[in-house]
Amino acid sequence: MLSKGLKRKREEEEEKEHLAVDAWWLDPGHASVAQAPPAVASSSLFDLSVLKLHHSLQQSEPDLRHLVLVVNTLRRIQASMAPAAALPPVPSPPAAPSVADNLLASSDAALSASMASLLEDLSHIEGLSQAPQPLADEGPPGRSIGGAAPSLGALDLLGPATGCLLDDGLEGLFEDIDTSMYDNELWAPASEGLKPGPEDGPGKEEAPELDEAELDYLMDVLVGTQALERPPGPGR
Amino acid sequence: MIPGIGTLTQDTLWCFSQVKGTIEIGTTEADIISTVEFNHTGELLATGDKGGRVVIFQREQESKNQVHRRGEYNVYSTFQSHEPEFDYLKSLEIEEKINKIRWLPQQNAAYFLLSTNDKTVKLWKVSERDKRPEGYNLKDEEGRLRDPATITTLRVPVLRPMDLMVEATPRRVFANAHTYHINSISVNSDYETYMSADDLRINLWNFEITNQSFNIVDIKPANMEELTEVITAAEFHPHHCNTFVYSSSKGTIRLCDMRASALCDRHTKFFEEPEDPSNRSFFSEIISSISDVKFSHSGRYIMTRDYLTVKVWDLNMENRPIETYQVHDYLRSKLCSLYENDCIFDKFECVWNGSDSVIMTGSYNNFFRMFDRNTKRDVTLEASRENSKPRAILKPRKVCVGGKRRKDEISVDSLDFSKKILHTAWHPSENIIAVAATNNLYIFQDKVN
Repeated sequence: MLSKGLKRKREEEEEKEHLAVDAWWLDPGHASVAQAPPAVASSSLFDLSVLKLHHSLQQSEPDLRHLVLVVNTLRRIQASMAPAAALPPVPSPPAAPSVADNLLASSDAALSASMASLLEDLSHIEGLSQAPQPLADEGPPGRSIGGAAPSLGALDLLGPATGCLLDDGLEGLFEDIDTSMYDNELWAPASEGLKPGPEDGPGKEEAPELDEAELDYLMDVLVGTQALERPPGPGR
Repeated sequence: MIPGIGTLTQDTLWCFSQVKGTIEIGTTEADIISTVEFNHTGELLATGDKGGRVVIFQREQESKNQVHRRGEYNVYSTFQSHEPEFDYLKSLEIEEKINKIRWLPQQNAAYFLLSTNDKTVKLWKVSERDKRPEGYNLKDEEGRLRDPATITTLRVPVLRPMDLMVEATPRRVFANAHTYHINSISVNSDYETYMSADDLRINLWNFEITNQSFNIVDIKPANMEELTEVITAAEFHPHHCNTFVYSSSKGTIRLCDMRASALCDRHTKFFEEPEDPSNRSFFSEIISSISDVKFSHSGRYIMTRDYLTVKVWDLNMENRPIETYQVHDYLRSKLCSLYENDCIFDKFECVWNGSDSVIMTGSYNNFFRMFDRNTKRDVTLEASRENSKPRAILKPRKVCVGGKRRKDEISVDSLDFSKKILHTAWHPSENIIAVAATNNLYIFQDKVN
């Protein structure tokens, strides 16, 4: 059905190969396609949606609209599959209820958990980028890294409704500084890596390019984000 | 509203006028046109592309000798608006693709436009220079400083004509206010402010102030796991500077009044059509996601585009649209495949003609559709090189759904889904349209008798 001029994404082509798909729903001649879709989604549609979700989340900056639409569609499919598992086995197709059972048993909790944690990741990334700078957003004067000021995402200098962030916020920002960060050996000389953790390698390579002033600036920024990132309560 | 202008009666015939762009098959992605916009007089036509460039075409003066040829659009200015950037904190590349261009109304000899990529809005000034001063005392003709000791006479520099030069300069850069991807910008009717909208927030800017913006809409949930809806488009009312609308991925439109509160999280009006139970499917939400929202020139109506339809809403009626037009309903039975290849997520735009009597939107296979609101007639036309002879009349196209295919029809299965018309523009007062087909810009005019 897809025309010859159509370019498929390479990744989706590869994924499609791995799918054990009975692609009856792709056939435009199939009666079900022309009518309203079956009340119970085929497992292949479910799998496709899960793959799309993972593919979307694997992107460094997922398209939020695409992500939200896929997640909502997946929830719909999931919801429609749940009652099927509760019903007594239907004569046709015999494989469907058990497949749905297995999928639900193994993937429901896992899926919810993975969706939740992946969306949570998004929000943490967003939280990082929201760190307000203590100065105007033109950038602290005289400081630049590699010729381009890092864009720290939303500088929500909000209107009268929420008050002035700068006035009250500065105290809060620096209240909870974890000074052990300064003791961390990673921060000692400028030749050490910038980022802690698994990115030591590339960090160490680019560090010699930065001088003391730039490193200080980065530290200030990260201290600010560290303080913000510190959520109350147990767990993450 | 000018009677007769812009009505799509049986007499309106659309002709090919011009095409801009290269013909080669292997075009670079950077050349893909991502936005098209006429300015308020229609004298200028701007395009933005994936490579961050803006190209402005200017309509040449109509000559009395060539009455049959209305003014052609020729390149006026080309400049690099946005460059690819790197967000160091998130380790992300910021695309230079121009998402939207919006013109400011002309207030002096210079032209101003806003252009935006995913994160940063820029105000560009485009001005002409056709004179230059000559006869400086302290500088020689090449601009080198002269030794003051050699100067024995004084003269007054004079302005002499020079070859026309069009310069584009960035006058303002509005950065660091959007965490998510900007999808819309809209200039307010007060000409002092404008708004920029991303997936979750809308900010209000003053043109003079770049280091501050007001957040007027914020739909980000406290817990991102609860996120189920994003903002897809936003626009200011053409006359009421306190009113704007924004659309969502769930097919709803909210009208907000900035006088009601500083943060417009509570809408003044909420437009949503109840779901048709007979058309329900797993893809109902995706196809209801609104990809574009546009006020009519009159300000009385809004038009929305979702995947399969264009709808016209009366601002005074929130519970359903007053008109619904099917763009390509034959795709309804193909939604599974279109979901698989992601075409179902394509974002088509829609436009009004100058008198609000005809609306236009794009489709696949380089087809675009026009709907006459008065006569209820519609037509499907194609932007292709084959129909590109000067003043060639465009032949209406038809998609055959099933059964016997007539001679000139094209069957649904033969449609090329890689050729999508996402961006179109209509001249503010004449029947001149600009249609972006991947990397080519087509300009069509109605036939001058």
